[in-house]
Amino acid sequence: MTALTKTPADETLRERFRWAVADCWTIVLRGLTHYIRQPSNIAWQLGFPIVSVLLFGYVFGSAMSVPGGGDYREFLMPGMFGMTMAMGFMNTSYVVVYDSTRGVTDRFRSMPMAPSAVVTGRGVGDLIAATVDLTVLALTALAIGWRSSGGVLGTLAAFGLLLLLRFSLIWLGVLLGLLVPNEEAAGSLFALAFPFAMISSAFVAPSLMPDWLGTIAMWNPVSATVTASRELFGNPAAVGDTWVEQNALLMAVIWPIVLTAIFLPLAVRRYQHLSR
Amino acid sequence: MTENAILAAGIRKNYGEKRALDGFDLAVPKGAVYGLLGPNGAGKTTAVRILTTLVRLDGGRAEVAGIDVATRPRQVRRRIGLAGQHAALDEVLTGRQNLRMFGRLYHLGKKRAAARADELLERFDLVEAADKGVKEYSGGMRRRLDLAASMILAPDILFLDEPTTGLDPRGRNEVWEAVRALVAQGTTVLLTTQYLDEADQLADHIAVLDRGRVIADDTPDALKRLIGGDRIEVVVRDPATLPATAAVVARVASTEPHIDETAARVHAPVTDRVAALTEVARTLQDDGIAVEDIGLRRPTLDEVFLRLTGHTADEEEKKKA
Repeated sequence: MTALTKTPADETLRERFRWAVADCWTIVLRGLTHYIRQPSNIAWQLGFPIVSVLLFGYVFGSAMSVPGGGDYREFLMPGMFGMTMAMGFMNTSYVVVYDSTRGVTDRFRSMPMAPSAVVTGRGVGDLIAATVDLTVLALTALAIGWRSSGGVLGTLAAFGLLLLLRFSLIWLGVLLGLLVPNEEAAGSLFALAFPFAMISSAFVAPSLMPDWLGTIAMWNPVSATVTASRELFGNPAAVGDTWVEQNALLMAVIWPIVLTAIFLPLAVRRYQHLSR
Repeated sequence: MTENAILAAGIRKNYGEKRALDGFDLAVPKGAVYGLLGPNGAGKTTAVRILTTLVRLDGGRAEVAGIDVATRPRQVRRRIGLAGQHAALDEVLTGRQNLRMFGRLYHLGKKRAAARADELLERFDLVEAADKGVKEYSGGMRRRLDLAASMILAPDILFLDEPTTGLDPRGRNEVWEAVRALVAQGTTVLLTTQYLDEADQLADHIAVLDRGRVIADDTPDALKRLIGGDRIEVVVRDPATLPATAAVVARVASTEPHIDETAARVHAPVTDRVAALTEVARTLQDDGIAVEDIGLRRPTLDEVFLRLTGHTADEEEKKKA
């Protein structure tokens, strides 16, 4: 009895898995081809963090102080990495809304491809793009004198945490991309992304902010990742004595899990909602 | 496989309070070209989206290629092609890259996807533009590429949702020719349109859709016969001669002639076509009425729609807007 029903089901499952991986990769290749055909896009995406570094590092930098001492530019660089990861979900949203307004999502849905590939392909592609972003930013940081003293493992762990934050926000990006009506609206998500990235420990230590704002900033997932990566890079971290700041490393793991647990199901539900 | 490529029985679909489809029935035989005609909001797109597995139905039953759409959507997807209202393409990629990507997502494998892309580029006359970004394509070229993408698997049934909306006359002709070429190969086509002449040009059957249900389903000629025979139409040079002209036309017409002041036109249904035409032409000449144009014409689908629904397609659209 079991053998009769089991064999074909197993076949299908394995085949489905194989196609899910193959289709995911096809979507990843599509994303990478975009970068190859429009290399200037990378420059645009990195323009904001690089200009921010110049602005904060050199224009405001002399007026900035790091509580507990330390070089401001050393403090700044992990903040810039974190900001770029935090704002990356806008790219995800943009592509999702581009595909759904142009009917590309519907074409995918009318095809016999693995339905999961649209999202998994997006996720893997975004992580590859984020790795390229981080590499370029790290080289920029090195050029203006930033150094990691955390050793190979610590440095890799810090970059890993930064990518983990980017990964957990992919689902938020997909969800928002499915909710906004068009590309213009996706552009205005900046109004959400900007305070999300800035009201954090990325540029200024929360202890220097008004109490209420500092508390928000401390609990911002971006702060946990930025502070944790500062500690791993061996950069000045300006950690206060609150629990959340003392446990940045732990929070830098917990926050992405929580964000994924919230936004992944919501994004999936919204995607299924398309067939209503 | 059953005789019908598409079978819809009593499909219902609600969007909140609004009934998009309300007992939608349709039977499209294999190899037919069916036009689904109706104004904006009649439910054409909803019907196509249900039949192409994009949207779940609330009631009724739908089969495509003999397969139940609701219970086995994956099987249906292997047998259909869809070209929706937008050219669903990646504009950053080239035409060739688009077709290769979709080919691989149809699980053709890398080599076959590439070969199929080349074939389709050739067939849709896009070889020269194959390696340009789709961004640089004209509207007609995009639609042709979009059609090519929907043909990658050589589907049994092709759904075209308003394939020429927003195109200039040249682009429209390009798409019409591409569709005719597909039809010649025996593909079953269901196309929706709000252009009455488009349905007339392409379809061998027309289903007229109004408020979520099919209110007429026949050949274009039969639909035209439904509202009476041919009409005689006279356009005069001087609008002042319209009453005199109408009097002449009235002698051969089967009903009271209709006078259209702004177009300086008189028209009326006639039974004996040639006799009526010669009679009117001779009398008008004898009476010294200067004629701009005179002729017989078959009724338009616009008139069919008016007759069937009591309102014109345009009125419905204006109400919506």
